[in-house]
Amino acid sequence: MPTDRAEASRRHFLGRTLAAAAAALLAGCDAASRSSWFPKVLDVGELASRRAQRLVSSRRSMAQEFSAADLSPQFRSNGTANPDDSQYQALAANQFADWHLKIDGLVERPLQLSLRELRAMTSRTQITRHDCVEGWSAIGQWTGVPLSAVLAEALPRAQARYVVFHCADPMDAAGTRYYESIDFEDAYHPQTILAYELNGALLPIANGAPLRVRIERQLGYKMAKYIMRIELVSSFAHIGAGNGGYWEDQGYEWYAGI
Amino acid sequence: MTNLPHAQATATREERAHERSYKRHSLAVRILHWINVVALCVLLMSGLQIFNAHPALNWGKSSYTGAAPFFELADGFPSWLTLPGGRWLAMGRRWHLFFAWIFVVNGLIYVVYSIASRHLARDLAPTRADWKSLGRSVVDHLLLRHPAGEAARHYNILQKLTYLFVIFGLLPFVILMGWALSPRLDTVVPGWVDIVGGRQSARTLHFIAAWTLVAFVLIHVFEVLISGVFNNLRSMITGRYVVESEHADRPR
Repeated sequence: MPTDRAEASRRHFLGRTLAAAAAALLAGCDAASRSSWFPKVLDVGELASRRAQRLVSSRRSMAQEFSAADLSPQFRSNGTANPDDSQYQALAANQFADWHLKIDGLVERPLQLSLRELRAMTSRTQITRHDCVEGWSAIGQWTGVPLSAVLAEALPRAQARYVVFHCADPMDAAGTRYYESIDFEDAYHPQTILAYELNGALLPIANGAPLRVRIERQLGYKMAKYIMRIELVSSFAHIGAGNGGYWEDQGYEWYAGI
Repeated sequence: MTNLPHAQATATREERAHERSYKRHSLAVRILHWINVVALCVLLMSGLQIFNAHPALNWGKSSYTGAAPFFELADGFPSWLTLPGGRWLAMGRRWHLFFAWIFVVNGLIYVVYSIASRHLARDLAPTRADWKSLGRSVVDHLLLRHPAGEAARHYNILQKLTYLFVIFGLLPFVILMGWALSPRLDTVVPGWVDIVGGRQSARTLHFIAAWTLVAFVLIHVFEVLISGVFNNLRSMITGRYVVESEHADRPR
């Protein structure tokens, strides 16, 4: 009997200790998440994922393309559905006839291209799956001009390493605008297109009219909508908070291959 | 001086215990086991954080096929189950994708070690005698009866099969379904995710596999608790496991 009581009290002690330890651990994890150093440790995971993924798949590996039967009945709009910006609204009111895509930064030949000029260039149509960082997927058919074709016109300088997309949509009360960046591996990928059509019709405002980028081997937040300007840079440290994109500045990974 | 007889008695008991104890788990297995415990806890809780960003499950290539999700949690999982607590998808992903690496590397080391050290062949591979004891082992488990004496030195057949299923079935599967969620890894062989019906099916299977692991852990911990919790814990911490003689075995 004494041994049974001792055993019961030991178990009771163990149970309480475990519960207390679990609570302390969880509080510790939350404190670590808010610290300045711990997220940097976790960033090793992003680096390892990027390296490993680029090791097991080639620069030109192709995202799966689907058939018309797989199209989502309605392509979900996420994030900004209609930019709250008077300049954008004026352009939209005129069906973007006065809209121009600026290409500048580290290029030999800065460009200004109208929607009509973009549509006159070579085009690619692809039915692909859009994977949101939240977990959902939608399948849509996109038509647009390969980014590589636009870059070929602008002639990137040797120092250029990243392509930055500057967008029309303000993301907060301060007016911070959406932006994104990709490296040349993704910029020159055959499926990376500046899309002006969705499912055979003009790109709707909810999905990024007049122009959005498709980067089919990364998550949805990389695929900037409402693009106004494409800037080539050697580093994006001077843009926004310096992490390469609006969501990256909120703590999301720059490399969104997983 | 009054302490002396007591001290002597203790020493003798410990000596006797030592005679009946043996090294059950190697240092490598113990370290790998506890790293795995930490990694799986973080992966589960950060995984639920990620799930909460879109708390619905679909079957097929996309979430928008015209069919309604077959599972939905309007408010997601409670914050005490998620890492971090409260909604924070970006941080949940960082935890998840960092500890996924710990988990995979730890698992790879375990598999290589288990083969090289013959842990797999010696302790986990079922013997002919094991297979013959299958029926009895099922009854024993259902009646919560546990082997004592010599028999307690080895894993029983249900234990071996469960460990093998988890190590070589469930864990690789949960990893593979995680990879299926990566748009870049999906390009290694375009369309490979269609083996399970598409990316949203893979997301659902990743989720189901994770909860199957939780079920395994609950049963595992239950068995640890009812078959001598301190002996089991000690053996996974120090390696020492005391084999109680069959006669001294108290009914439970």
